[in-house]
Amino acid sequence: MSEALKFHFDVDGTDFTSAGQASVQIKKNLRQLGIAPDIIRRVSIAMYEGEINMVIHAGGGEADVTVTEDCIEISLRDHGPGIKNIEQAMQEGFSTATDTIRTLGFGAGMGLPNMKRYTDDIQITSEIGKGTDIVMRVNLK
Amino acid sequence: MKISAIKELLDAELICCEENLNENVFSACGSDMMSDVLAYVKDQAVLLTGLVNSQVVRTAEMMDMRCIVFVRSKMPTAEMIELAKEANIVIMATKKRMYEACGILYSNGLVGNKVRDV
Repeated sequence: MSEALKFHFDVDGTDFTSAGQASVQIKKNLRQLGIAPDIIRRVSIAMYEGEINMVIHAGGGEADVTVTEDCIEISLRDHGPGIKNIEQAMQEGFSTATDTIRTLGFGAGMGLPNMKRYTDDIQITSEIGKGTDIVMRVNLK
Repeated sequence: MKISAIKELLDAELICCEENLNENVFSACGSDMMSDVLAYVKDQAVLLTGLVNSQVVRTAEMMDMRCIVFVRSKMPTAEMIELAKEANIVIMATKKRMYEACGILYSNGLVGNKVRDV
């Protein structure tokens, strides 16, 4: 693979039912590229958690996935309320999700920890009232 | 454990993907919290849940799970069944409660991530 492959997705923040469609599509794309199954699983889980977060906390956003010879980079951007305390948000079990979200099976405070767990690097920048940018990398070598 | 054995042990109703009943699963997870499932479950597992929404199927798909069992007589929606068919995931439903269903599978050899045929 000499040139980077790029995939772009708009994540609809109004429909919880459709959340995760971008991750499903990326999983298919990576399979077609012949990426190893364990790498595909790590990328799709991390992206899926990110997608769900964007839908339940930020009213949607955008996702870009770049595949190079060395790594797969997942970039997520939203214009939601931002994360007040990133260090606290990275702790397993910490969540600001509503009871409604919990009844849907999410909001257990595992989203960001899972994104970290399944990737080799995660960088989070967030500004209150402006939104959150998350860049995750999974190494291929 | 073969998926067909899970169906018999839990006296479950098969809802879709009958063609995969002969596949094996090597571990199980019982949870209504999908992020917990995404954190702890290993490859080729069965998910037992009482949660009914499309994210259950998506979570299973992300984890490469082979089978979902809905407990407490919960039934998936038509949309969920379509998603499961696309992802080739067996769906079944049992009248048993979560605790009982998990206990039956555990006591019949579906322990942790080990492979034990029934």
